[in-house]
Amino acid sequence: MKIIEKVLLLGSGALKIGEAGEFDYSGSQALKALKEEGITTVLINPNIATVQTSEGVADKIYFLPVTPFFVEKVIEKERPDGILLSFGGQTALNCGVELYRSGIFEKYNVKVLGTPVQSIIDTEDRELFVHKLDEIGVKTIKSIAVESIEDAHSAAEELGFPVIVRAAYALGGLGSGFCNDRDELQALAEKAFSYSNQLLIEKSLKGWKEIEYEVVRDRYDNCITVCNMENFDPLGIHTGESIVVAPSQTLTNQEYHKLRELAIRIIRHIGVVGECNVQYAFDTVSEDYRVIEVNARLSRSSALASKATGYPLAFVAAKLALDYGLNELKNSVTKSTTAFFEPALDYIVCKIPRWDLGKFHGVSHEIGSSMKSVGEVMSIGRSFEEVIQKGLRMIAQGMHGFVANKELEVANIDRALSEPTDKRIFVIAQALAKGYTIERIHDLTKIDLWFLQKLQNIYLCSGEIEKYNTIEELPENLLKKAKQKGFSDYQITKLIFKNSDKASEEKLNLRKHRKSLGILPVVKQIDTLAAEYPAQTNYLYLTYNGSANDVNYLGDKRSVIVLGSGAYRIGSSVEFDWCSVNALNTIREKGWRGVMINYNPETVSTDYDMCDRLYFDELTQERVMDIVELENPYGLILSTGGQIPNNLALTLDKAGVPILGTSAADIDNAEDRHKFSSMLDRLGIDQPRWKELSSLKDIDRFVEEVGFPVLVRPSYVLSGAAMNVCSNPVELEQFLKLATNVSQKHPVVVSEFIENAKEIEIDAVANKGEIVTYAISEHIEFAGVHSGDATIQFPPQRLYVETVRRIKRITRAIAESLQITGPFNIQFLAKDNDIKVIECNLRASRSFPFVSKVLKRNFIEIATRVMLGDEVEKPNKSEFDLDYVGIKASQFSFSRLQKADPVLGVDMASTGEVGCLGDDYYEAVLKSMLSVGMRIPKKNVLISSGTIRSKLDLLTASRLLHEKGYTIYASSGSHKFLSENNVPSILVYQPSEDLKPNALELIREKQIDLVVNIPKNLTPGELTNGYKIRRAAIDFNIPLFTNSRLASAFIHAFCEMDLQNIPIKSWDEYK
Amino acid sequence: MDKKLTLVLENGVNFDGFSFGYEKPVAGEVVFNTAMVGYPESLTDPSYAGQILAVTYPLVGNYGVPEDKIVDGLSEFYESEKIQVTGLIISEYSHQYSHWNATKSLGEWLKEHQIPGIYGIDTRELTKLIREKGSLKGKIVFNSPDEIDFSDPSKENQVAKVSCEEVLRYGNGSKTVVLVDCGVKHNILRCLLRYDVNIVRVPWNYDFNTLEYDGLFISNGPGDPEHCEITVRNIRKAMETGKPICGICMGNQLLAKAGGASTYKLKYGHRGHNQPVQENPAYGETGAKCFITSQNHGYAVDIKTLGEDWEELFINMNDGTNEGIRHKTKPFFSAQFHPEAASGPTDTRFLFDKFIESIEKHETSTQKK
Repeated sequence: MKIIEKVLLLGSGALKIGEAGEFDYSGSQALKALKEEGITTVLINPNIATVQTSEGVADKIYFLPVTPFFVEKVIEKERPDGILLSFGGQTALNCGVELYRSGIFEKYNVKVLGTPVQSIIDTEDRELFVHKLDEIGVKTIKSIAVESIEDAHSAAEELGFPVIVRAAYALGGLGSGFCNDRDELQALAEKAFSYSNQLLIEKSLKGWKEIEYEVVRDRYDNCITVCNMENFDPLGIHTGESIVVAPSQTLTNQEYHKLRELAIRIIRHIGVVGECNVQYAFDTVSEDYRVIEVNARLSRSSALASKATGYPLAFVAAKLALDYGLNELKNSVTKSTTAFFEPALDYIVCKIPRWDLGKFHGVSHEIGSSMKSVGEVMSIGRSFEEVIQKGLRMIAQGMHGFVANKELEVANIDRALSEPTDKRIFVIAQALAKGYTIERIHDLTKIDLWFLQKLQNIYLCSGEIEKYNTIEELPENLLKKAKQKGFSDYQITKLIFKNSDKASEEKLNLRKHRKSLGILPVVKQIDTLAAEYPAQTNYLYLTYNGSANDVNYLGDKRSVIVLGSGAYRIGSSVEFDWCSVNALNTIREKGWRGVMINYNPETVSTDYDMCDRLYFDELTQERVMDIVELENPYGLILSTGGQIPNNLALTLDKAGVPILGTSAADIDNAEDRHKFSSMLDRLGIDQPRWKELSSLKDIDRFVEEVGFPVLVRPSYVLSGAAMNVCSNPVELEQFLKLATNVSQKHPVVVSEFIENAKEIEIDAVANKGEIVTYAISEHIEFAGVHSGDATIQFPPQRLYVETVRRIKRITRAIAESLQITGPFNIQFLAKDNDIKVIECNLRASRSFPFVSKVLKRNFIEIATRVMLGDEVEKPNKSEFDLDYVGIKASQFSFSRLQKADPVLGVDMASTGEVGCLGDDYYEAVLKSMLSVGMRIPKKNVLISSGTIRSKLDLLTASRLLHEKGYTIYASSGSHKFLSENNVPSILVYQPSEDLKPNALELIREKQIDLVVNIPKNLTPGELTNGYKIRRAAIDFNIPLFTNSRLASAFIHAFCEMDLQNIPIKSWDEYK
Repeated sequence: MDKKLTLVLENGVNFDGFSFGYEKPVAGEVVFNTAMVGYPESLTDPSYAGQILAVTYPLVGNYGVPEDKIVDGLSEFYESEKIQVTGLIISEYSHQYSHWNATKSLGEWLKEHQIPGIYGIDTRELTKLIREKGSLKGKIVFNSPDEIDFSDPSKENQVAKVSCEEVLRYGNGSKTVVLVDCGVKHNILRCLLRYDVNIVRVPWNYDFNTLEYDGLFISNGPGDPEHCEITVRNIRKAMETGKPICGICMGNQLLAKAGGASTYKLKYGHRGHNQPVQENPAYGETGAKCFITSQNHGYAVDIKTLGEDWEELFINMNDGTNEGIRHKTKPFFSAQFHPEAASGPTDTRFLFDKFIESIEKHETSTQKK
């Protein structure tokens, strides 16, 4: 047998909808498992913000695209003995299958470890899959392809109504739908045949339960199921869009074990070695079932199952890939019992997806069979009421639980229940309030009555509380019951004080009162064996459904609490997990006990190996205080987890919590627009003119003064939620209606918008107001593209020395004035050498991992040491000494978001990022663009270049394209401009014109390899020709650029560089 | 609000909770089970006789209880004719339930069978107590702790209480299996009846050596195997015939005793659906195979005391205790766990195949003679 000494692991690349942080966790665990065996590890993953791409996790790290081309190059160079394909999501799997098919593994004698590629193919190819399961008599969902209405009818008869009709080869579900009888089928089929020549008829299982099992098998054929999960939302809603509980709640023993037995039969037949996920549809009135799909790789569900049970699936799967048997591995929680066992839970977990649909223009809020959510939370407790309410708070979108929320405006409750949106659970609350019976809600939603009974319990409990008007009146047993049903103190005071302002003031009084009655949460361990064996586990949660703590508290003030980032969402994702993990590492290295509070199952920071104690719980003032009072820590760090912990600064400080680093008052001085602005004035630092205004009249007056365009936003929000640029009075008026809805407490802020300005950022660490280290980076795009969407170059390539000098000077002044101790980030606008400050955050920013890794100086380590009181010497290496360039580029998930306009604006829309290194600027640009899914065009490029400014931006690039032999198709304006400048192009007509060649047609016929479409207007959203072209590019999977400066950089890069000669260098080779 | 009541433990610790079952004080041995599903099966498992069961999974009652239906002498959905536990302790009770196959709530069922149930208990804390101190005597009381005295079920012959009183017959297959009922779970009968057999179910102390049969099956059952000396003697006699013998749980302990071994009480037993066992690695027929098993026992076989003609068949992977034995030359084997499952994982159902195969093999070999 081949001895495995060096293993290549494929990562999943940038975070995108459907493929997010869970793969950082899986990959990190796998690398840890390999390392333990003394195996040399090589990792390919361009996602620079991940933990797995940190120093010491893998031996060699390549920030390169996970594509067959680059992976082969790395294999050629590194010559690994084995490769792991199942830890990097669909991206790694697809890439691996392609490499296998093209014989690359054979060519270089690389052994695929774990599940054989053929098994993967058997699960990925629908036809092979159905056939494979037929062999062992396991039922799958079958579809019958028909080409006439007659055949459609006979297919439906065969399958039995209701059926789903899908038009084959039609995008976006065009022509698809449900039919309950012959007549409905007739009508739908007639329509559907107008889109497609072929229809797929499938038995509809809408309303069936959706159940998942995580199964593990070793090469000796020993199998276990680690966890099963039940979807709260019945079939029809993607499991990534569903609320999910573990373990299943409504299955009997017979049902549970029937599906378990099938799962084991399936994994054996397919031949998986490692981990695999089996999804079932399960009838609600019999034990009938269908297998929906099998994922022969680590998945989002397996990450969730790992966190839900404490069983490290990825770690174990990696060991099994190295030919271990399950019996040879230990349970990593108890450390004494075997890894061959099935966790027994003595709690319930609930996963809730987090959507950010409000960030996209034109996207539908309905949820269904495709995934749109960008993150998730997991809550742990000992009753369903407790976990659902905890979870709904964790989502952090302004909801306080299931009840006592701001009332939604629902025009038609029946419809909102039967056609679910991202707000469905709150529609259920409203339906209950309007007197709907749970039976009626069940009829409309098909959600199992058991879940609805529990939700009703919460609703009824809220009604009981509402009968009282003061805290003292509230009976003790009712208060206790409410806490056991997951009510927060604030929820209770909101009910008692009928939503008045008093509710907020009184929540601390309620806390005091509650404590005096001895109604306190208890801390419980997750130990995988339901307390059957003693376990020294540090994996903890809090619950009111219990009477004793599982852990003892030393009270020696040697622990430091780090607040994590919460759910991944647009604007805050894996980068803050990296920051949290590094803060924990530093704390522990310095001899303190590191304590983590976070509730995101897709993270490494919630791996109980990463800290001395993990509280998998809420990041609310109430819960953090509960933990602080138990832990009695030396201090608490809230500047490494993004905006959620940062927002807790003032309240925690007021409660006497020792916050490490910059003081809460100074954090507020930076967060509060007025205070910050007057400070800048005092320091003589320039900023764009702005005003906080609450009436239209005042706004008009201000706009008259500064002129259009203006930037309009509510204050104190993350990543520009509900922020917009308005170019004229009509837009302004329209937008204001929207923005004021967002937050009534905060008035609207209007600022002047400076066009064609450079955006520059500084990431830095200061100690008592003095800068210890810093990194200045520059956006490729001009200001107007949200910094989270912009492409960032570091070190900056095109800045005047004077600009840099001024930025440093301003930064020094701000750091000094705010007495910053710890991480911070400032954003600037620069036009010529005129510098204006636009934002300042006294916390780690999104780009901390990027600059840390490019500069090879860990900013979080330095920041943490500073916050712990260490004196840190200033490093002498300057970013301007680097002989290479880093480019951080954004990943968009527009293809998942039907109808969304894929255009960039001041509101962030990207779901992830990559960071690539190059010996020069264009090399790094090229690698980073290929990493976010762009492809070098083969022949034809479609250009519509927008305003005259962007036309100029693109002129040289267009000329290069022509010189390189590309054919340019250009819209009329662009065509005219190019012709005037002697660049040949073919004129194409707009979608609205009935003339050929038509832009839309060319895209649909896949004749175009690259689309450059620059919007003329700063306001997206209108259904213009531009929108149609952009959307078509996304729907037909053609690379699209909507920013002229970025498009130009990319075109330059691929025209001036030959991909074949691109240097393949690992991180450590950039010196 | 449900009625308040208290769980009183012999070590002086009390847990207050609420009643959801029959309102009658009871006393017994408090044990815990870590299974996450299967309360109707567990509660009707005769091996729980004399015990107050604490369920570590906090949410119980979710899917109600199926109909109590007896078909051909077998319960359709239960493991015996009645609820066998003395009392039930849980954390969170689902007052309402939802399942197509349910006809009543768990609370209603408990009331019907006059079994008390207590919810609102920190069952994890209780489990930790039992884990540290070993199984505890306890009682569920409604008004005062003195309503009822503690009782020790292991002092009594629990098997005699749950075993059938007369010979019962099932099925009409060609092979005859004598099943010694020490408190048999109906699923053992259901599993056997899938084969071409007829079953003669006999009381625990019945001398089945007077009967004509092809194979002997010794069932599971509650309490201390010490009380079943009669059964052990009968098994020893049966062993002389060389006919196949198979045992489950109590059956494993009695077969081991017949093979010369002694048994002992485990600190807190094995009760759950996730117990890992490994086939004796020295026993190379199928290699080092591992299985997840369903278990419910408080006593174990001391493998060191087993006769020389015997060997260990299965071992518990967590604590190394015995999980099964087999005779080195004769078709006698048994498992400490529950291959019939119900409730629990079904991975070791193949042991029934082995038993039936051994009957067939034995027959052919005797015919040849």
